[in-house]
Amino acid sequence: MSERIPVIKTPKVYVGGAFIRSESGRTFPVYDSGGQFIANVPQCTRKDLRNAVEAAAKAGPAWSGRTPYNRGQIIYRLAEMLEARADEMTGVLRQFAPAWTSAAEQEVAETVDRLVHYAGWADKYEQVLGSANAVAAPFFNFTLTEPIGVVGIVASDSAPLLGLITQAVAAIVSGNTVVALASESTPYPAITLGEMLATSDLPAGVMNIVTGYRKELTPTFATHTHIRGIDAVATGEDATALRRGAADSVKRVKIRQPDIDWSSDANESVYEIRNFVDFKTVWHPIGA
Amino acid sequence: MTVTFDPSEKDSSSKDEKKKHGHNKSVPELIFGDLWEYDPAPETADPRIRARYDLFIGGRFVAPQAGEYFASINPATEETVTEIALASAADVDSAYVAAQMAYETVWRSMPGRERGKYVYRIARLLQDRAREFAVAESIDGGKPIKESRDFDVPMAAAHFFYHAGWADKLAYVAPGRTVEPIGVVGQVIPWNFPLLMLAWKIAPAIAAGNCVVIKPAETTSATAMKFAELLQEAELPDGVVNIVTGGGETGAALTGHPAARKIAFTGSTEVGKLIMRQLAERGTRMTMELGGKAANVVFEDSPIDQAVEGVVHGIFFNQGHVCCAGSRLLVQESIAEPFIRKLRERMETLRVGNPLDKNTDIGAINSREQLDRICELVESGVTEGAKLYQPSCPLPSRGYFFRPTLFTEVTQSHRIAREEIFGPVLSILTFRTMDEAIEKANNTMYGLSAGVWTDKGSRILRMAAELKAGVVWANTFNKFDPASPFGGYKESGFGREGGRQGLLDYVDLS
Repeated sequence: MSERIPVIKTPKVYVGGAFIRSESGRTFPVYDSGGQFIANVPQCTRKDLRNAVEAAAKAGPAWSGRTPYNRGQIIYRLAEMLEARADEMTGVLRQFAPAWTSAAEQEVAETVDRLVHYAGWADKYEQVLGSANAVAAPFFNFTLTEPIGVVGIVASDSAPLLGLITQAVAAIVSGNTVVALASESTPYPAITLGEMLATSDLPAGVMNIVTGYRKELTPTFATHTHIRGIDAVATGEDATALRRGAADSVKRVKIRQPDIDWSSDANESVYEIRNFVDFKTVWHPIGA
Repeated sequence: MTVTFDPSEKDSSSKDEKKKHGHNKSVPELIFGDLWEYDPAPETADPRIRARYDLFIGGRFVAPQAGEYFASINPATEETVTEIALASAADVDSAYVAAQMAYETVWRSMPGRERGKYVYRIARLLQDRAREFAVAESIDGGKPIKESRDFDVPMAAAHFFYHAGWADKLAYVAPGRTVEPIGVVGQVIPWNFPLLMLAWKIAPAIAAGNCVVIKPAETTSATAMKFAELLQEAELPDGVVNIVTGGGETGAALTGHPAARKIAFTGSTEVGKLIMRQLAERGTRMTMELGGKAANVVFEDSPIDQAVEGVVHGIFFNQGHVCCAGSRLLVQESIAEPFIRKLRERMETLRVGNPLDKNTDIGAINSREQLDRICELVESGVTEGAKLYQPSCPLPSRGYFFRPTLFTEVTQSHRIAREEIFGPVLSILTFRTMDEAIEKANNTMYGLSAGVWTDKGSRILRMAAELKAGVVWANTFNKFDPASPFGGYKESGFGREGGRQGLLDYVDLS
């Protein structure tokens, strides 16, 4: 009996709920930690990124319009999906991490836990961040948060799954939608994550992932008017370029250092959610 | 002579109106025209403005190193009020040195309850000298005395009083985290509310344990320097607050200084973007409170007379020099005609003139430059096809004055509907449905404030949720309070001032 030849998966990126190649047809090869060729992943272009922003912008109103309780359940469901496929994800991470099995297992476990943590915030952060304000006149005055819209993420190389999810979930829990550029050196886990997102209950377009080169795509992240906030792992010139481009449309930029400890509990905080919400204060007279 | 207060005449016209509009019971309007003159009612308190002001650095008034001064003009008379020091980069540097020193040796380590007492003292001293500050503010900036007296100065004092109380309660600002002051903060403020903006900036910063280098606007530095005298009276430790004066170059030296751990800016979106680019490399923390083009949305079921008052106050308050001014009126088509008529009638009664007169509603435009800009934009409105209306009020022969103005037949593409005019100019658009109102209101790069007028509670809450703006006034407009967070969406900026949310922007979390 002849040996069965395995079917090799063509990596595609997850944008607007669909699996797509780059419109340019370009790809770049990825290798495992031993230098062995694994696959060609899409080398997304600025056009791909703009399309992803469009998908995110379209998904925004419906996502932010869901009840917080519902968003919490959907994010919790995402944790369930990842836990159920922990072996697959661990295997992918292990392929690229020059570390032992335990490091990959730990990253997946911590990612699941992080999702659970933020799932719980969905219907609670408002009571921590918002307020009723005691003004010196007969007015009912209160301050609520609203999502800012589309958040652009430039993900970490050091924890290609945990870093990406930490950045993304803090943004989407409040009703933002996300366009993320996966780790350039290790994009494959984000490709696999896309496949898990597709089987979760997260609506299409809420989280969009592209793969490609930072140099090519970060200027578009910085200047695209519909991206209202940026959360990027970047240093030096990349960080400067992101901030400078962001000035054109007055968007807020959070820069993280590459040596950030993604495992730290400091990444689990209502103040991470606060980075990408706007505060809205409403006044109404009290009277007959 | 115009006399329209004639009951019999009014009765017959109101019948016609009833036929035309089918509702809206007409009440005789009390328009006396020039039947009687108002007697002058000038506020006479001594503003105690010195002939010349130096810089306030390290608790002392010090001459600018280059020895240069510039004139501050009273926009109502075009006369020089005082001379203001022009701070160079070297002066700005010594201000930062003083601030850093105060932060490291005194302010950071002072217990919150003691720090708070200084801030309380400032509030009290400002209340003591409120009338004097109000007169100085009106002379230097051109705003009517009734506004500086009843709004700017008391509200400035309230900001210090409110934030003083936070100084020993910072542990409650950020549940789950420890808060620390940021360090030395650089602040740049605009000319529309000189003393109030100074209070908005300084009060939360120092209450949270930061030290400050602040630059008032070039045309309105007098009350900031008077405030420096008050800091001396309060015996605030030297260097906790440093005030440097000058124009754009001084501002750039301040915002670009390497010792600034945070920059807080209030001003135009254009300059805000320049500062963001300037700080791109260093990555300095920022809050930006920028321009606006607020929509004031009036539905057909709104309390019409209150809405007219609100719209008038929303755009003509402080000569329209308000970043959150309700400069676009969106009125439902079914009531547009009677509403605009009432607006015009109300505008006839507005008094433009001497800012120090207690009867003045609209004072002087802050500067020649701003007056030119307003004129240019109003001209563009006429050229682009909108219909201009101005009341017949007399203007003083000297000084920078502009009549309250409204435009009808405005389309969304007109410059007067898109650009921030920062003057007493209202652009009126109409809408038929709520969705159209939301679409039009949000069709702007700005998102600072918005207003909605309707009698229906559920509609208010829906509109409040849909309007993309940091402050939504429902059945009111232009209300402010130190406990109430203020700040913008989109290109109106980020960060908040006021309340717990604003205070969080002046601390580091760990």
